[in-house]
Amino acid sequence: MTEGIQIEGLAKTYRAPGGPVAAVRGIDFSVGPGESVALLGPNGAGKSTTIDMLLGLTQPDAGSVTVFGNSPRHAVDAGLVGGMLQTGALIRDLTVRELILVAASLYPDPLDVDEVIALTGLGQAASQRTQKLSGGQTQRVRFAIALVANPALLVLDEPTVAMDVEGRRDFWMTMREYAARGKTVLFATHYLEEADANADRVVMMAHGKIVADGPTTEIKARIGRRTIRTTLADADRAELSRLDGVSSAERHGDSVILRCADSDRAIRALLEAYPAARDIEITGAALEDAFLELTREPDRAEVPESLGAAR
Amino acid sequence: MNGILYTRYELIRALRNRRFFFFSLGFPLVLYFVIAGPQSSDHNFAGSGISAALFYMAGLVSFGTMSSMISTGARIAGERQAGWTRQLRITPLSTRAYFRAKVMTAYAMAGLTIASLYVAGAILGVSLALGNWLEMTGLILLGLLPFAALGIALGHLLTVDSIGPAMGGLTALLALVGGTWFPVTHGFLHDVGQCLPSYWLAQAGHIGTGGAVWGLTGWLVMAAWTVGLSALAGYAYWRDTGRV
Repeated sequence: MTEGIQIEGLAKTYRAPGGPVAAVRGIDFSVGPGESVALLGPNGAGKSTTIDMLLGLTQPDAGSVTVFGNSPRHAVDAGLVGGMLQTGALIRDLTVRELILVAASLYPDPLDVDEVIALTGLGQAASQRTQKLSGGQTQRVRFAIALVANPALLVLDEPTVAMDVEGRRDFWMTMREYAARGKTVLFATHYLEEADANADRVVMMAHGKIVADGPTTEIKARIGRRTIRTTLADADRAELSRLDGVSSAERHGDSVILRCADSDRAIRALLEAYPAARDIEITGAALEDAFLELTREPDRAEVPESLGAAR
Repeated sequence: MNGILYTRYELIRALRNRRFFFFSLGFPLVLYFVIAGPQSSDHNFAGSGISAALFYMAGLVSFGTMSSMISTGARIAGERQAGWTRQLRITPLSTRAYFRAKVMTAYAMAGLTIASLYVAGAILGVSLALGNWLEMTGLILLGLLPFAALGIALGHLLTVDSIGPAMGGLTALLALVGGTWFPVTHGFLHDVGQCLPSYWLAQAGHIGTGGAVWGLTGWLVMAAWTVGLSALAGYAYWRDTGRV
């Protein structure tokens, strides 16, 4: 129980009509017991395949997964794992309460059904048939099914898809309360704010590989650390990008954006070389920038112009 | 843990499904009264040695119970499409408990079909010794084993879209060749029918006509189909879920 999750050299290739697709290409990471970890990445990064292998739903081609020191299958059979899969509807012809009751009955040490109904905000819908629910309510029920298991490891694959703003807020609050009971939580998301706000640590995936693994603050520090914006006529982009402390530069007319490895050195170099620079603004990088920087295609070395425009 | 509550709610779900009441209960009942009603005074139906009322009761029991058993497949296909099968696979529910719930639910539904047609049969004048009622029921319940396996196999092999036509066509064909609609006593249909479980299922109604109802052939055919279709169901489940 003290080992958490260990993933080593994990790989999976799917057969597809257009040829084999390497969904996961040799990844290593671990999740400590009681830790909340976000698996962050764009669609197609391999997050769901990783989670499927972690849950024993898919057999890896190579590498290994252990959950609390054993195989995923063993952990699932022991009732240690609760999960909310990426896709999934509910079976029909049962009420919400009945369905959660059935889920609870499958586990050795479930939470109280009514407590879970209250926690997931399903009090109003408890006696409704599952086929009559809205998309947001369905997600809440799916969360309730994962939660009622009272699992030592809670796995959530893009859980807030189809939830409205209020639903999301409630969801994460409940998830954090559950994590605070000392439970291990792993969730996949492509929303940076969700990872930032709800995880102790972020594992970033792109193209089937892990591109970053660390606390959100560390990831922010690693990439695009600070950005300097200024208004500057007649400056050459290539020259700007060669300034001390600057890692890349963009120009849109007279406005210049400098991504800096060291913004202290960069601002001194900028003012020395271009005393006419005005409207200077230095901002900390949003996680969004770190994300784009880390997950872009390896062969696109240049930062695309659209990156700046997207801000 | 042992899936008792799971089985109970499986049954509740099946009972809340209106299609079941129409296809597996209502439809055979209506057909029974329509077909057997006008002929209920025929006590040696087409030389079969049993009354028309009993012949059609047994025939429609076999039709209705086959539908009940195979409709497990429709529920499974629906659960697969909804992603519920995958959800179950990340719970401690064992494969055995899963199969048990499916088979018990199917048998409970078949039991309702049998009971309702027995009552209808009694209304149309079917009268048997208690021992014969019991033997017939026992044979029918045994004869449904291959269909229980078939339902599970179809549910894990087919999709929600294809399972409806597959089930309807298969049941109709099996019932036709099995002698649900008219006695099949000789010729090609008879030869084929004798190799099929639906023939022997309907044959369970030929009770009290002397001799063993199934005979060695019947028992062998039933055993072979049960083993074969159970293996198919196991394979279909394994292929679908990667689990043993």
